[in-house]
Amino acid sequence: MLKTFLVATFSDAEDLLRAVPLVRRQGLRLYDVYAPYPIEELDELMAIKRTRLPYVTLFAGLTGLATALALQFYANVLDWPLDVGGKPDNSTLAFIPISFELTVLFAGLATVLAFFVRTRLYPGKREELAAPGVTDDVFALVVRSPTNPAARYRAIEIFAECGAVEIAEKGLDL
Amino acid sequence: MAHPADGQITLHRITDDIARPMEARPGKAWWICFGVASLFLLDFLGMATYLVANGIGVWGLNNSVGWAFDITNFVFWIGIGHAGTLISAILLLFRQRWRNSINRSAEAMTIFAVMCAAMFPLLHMGRPWDAFFIFPYAPNQRGPLWVNFRSPLVWDVFAINTYLIVSLVFWYLGMIPDLATLRDRASGIVKKTVFRVFSLGWNGSHRTWARYEIVCMVLAGLATPLVLSVHSIVSMDFATSLLPGWHTTIFPPYFVAGAIYSGFGMVLMLLIITRQTMNLQRYITARHFDAMAKILLLTGSIVGYAYASEFWNAWYGGNLYERFHFINRATGPYAWCFYLMIVCNVLVPQVFWSRRARASVPILLVASILVNVGMWFERFVIIVVSLHRTFLPSSWGMFYPTIVDLGILAGSFGLFFTLFLLFIRFLPMIAMWEIKRGHGEEVPHA
Repeated sequence: MLKTFLVATFSDAEDLLRAVPLVRRQGLRLYDVYAPYPIEELDELMAIKRTRLPYVTLFAGLTGLATALALQFYANVLDWPLDVGGKPDNSTLAFIPISFELTVLFAGLATVLAFFVRTRLYPGKREELAAPGVTDDVFALVVRSPTNPAARYRAIEIFAECGAVEIAEKGLDL
Repeated sequence: MAHPADGQITLHRITDDIARPMEARPGKAWWICFGVASLFLLDFLGMATYLVANGIGVWGLNNSVGWAFDITNFVFWIGIGHAGTLISAILLLFRQRWRNSINRSAEAMTIFAVMCAAMFPLLHMGRPWDAFFIFPYAPNQRGPLWVNFRSPLVWDVFAINTYLIVSLVFWYLGMIPDLATLRDRASGIVKKTVFRVFSLGWNGSHRTWARYEIVCMVLAGLATPLVLSVHSIVSMDFATSLLPGWHTTIFPPYFVAGAIYSGFGMVLMLLIITRQTMNLQRYITARHFDAMAKILLLTGSIVGYAYASEFWNAWYGGNLYERFHFINRATGPYAWCFYLMIVCNVLVPQVFWSRRARASVPILLVASILVNVGMWFERFVIIVVSLHRTFLPSSWGMFYPTIVDLGILAGSFGLFFTLFLLFIRFLPMIAMWEIKRGHGEEVPHA
């Protein structure tokens, strides 16, 4: 769904970093920042909470571990015990390598899938760019367009003060 | 930050430098390399077809030496892959920024090397179409039997497949932002559509970036123990048997060090070649070569230490068969392989104590090739020399490679280089976004 945004583009990340706290102090809702690379300082300035994706890693890893142990135990002890060189049916030590591999496999795949789901990335999705060049060398600061004309005017002023190259109001489906 | 006024390279220039070789028509050097590589690939396909049609009797294997080139090549190629994961995952965790311009190609190399490695157990089966027998599933045509979970060969199946899948995912994930950059630059409708499908609608949102970085770290954290486990498990194929020369507890760390050593040799060689053919001197610099040469020196010395400790243990352990094996290794019919291995793996890397040698591209190129020769012979010595004279003299024998053995070995290089050349032609071989994040610090301005 199209929403109206105020988009300010910068050619330098430093300028954008100066604008972010000023915009927030004005009580404007900072929607997002679009940049060609992750800017470390933004996590704090935008008050982004630490992602909970590593919990997915933990639970998927434990699932992988349980699957591997259950599979090997079921096959070698319950379903078809087979004497190989007199080793015990439940040779738990010998089950460790496969258990480790499946833990890593489940954890890795689940984390990446959860990331795609959470960030709504999927094959063939049409990209919606806040400004042309954000994947190259442009930094874009995006706020929801304030309905109050005074707030709107103040936001544009801040952007201009911080050295925005271009300030535009756009209908975007971000 | 990257700003022309600071005398630093601009962000747009980084995109241009890296994307241009993919957008322009490839140069003559690329076509020559590609032509040669595809000839070797053709050789691989021909030899493999002949092998499958006639059975593995066309190899030089016999009753004494039942594993030779096939397993040597397998271990060799798996080892090559390890440097890629080391560069992309372990150096990421240690925040070694210099890895940024080489991690993408090193990861690609890992994937292609693991693919080459997987060919060999597959061909050694003789009936590759029955390869799925090695996966546990039930019910199956063999009744209710399962694979033997106590066998290191089955562990290998899990280790190699996990390694391939996780490396592939890590490589692709790292490439998504760059694919989006290429999508936004692409002019042709076909190119744009392909990049659009694979870039998953990436638009550079910082909320996505924040999660993306954590996910990359998590994957690196998973890949680090994984890569150590893979070659440890490969070494257990040998170490869990009772054969003198194989039955030793030093194998897992010894194999991992050797794998990193040979892998860095291969990365170094590939980077020297791509740097010259794709004009990337600005991104792949003397600093990278210096760091990699130091790693070669370190891992080469660990490998040398392992060789020495094997001999010392054979003497100190007092086991007759073990002692015989090592005397045979150094004086038997395959002694030349052993000495070649010592020269290439222990002596050659010692030149890198010298700063001048670490800075000289010709020396680095020659050394990187010798490293790979040496490491291939290391596996050959471990496998064939151990097998050819075991406990009973009545079961002694010799192994001589046939033309098919040699052809498939040469052909596997064709497969590897063809894939690698296609990669540098069609995909961003340097991680643009990672270079940009470093504000082009690694990149000396013109």
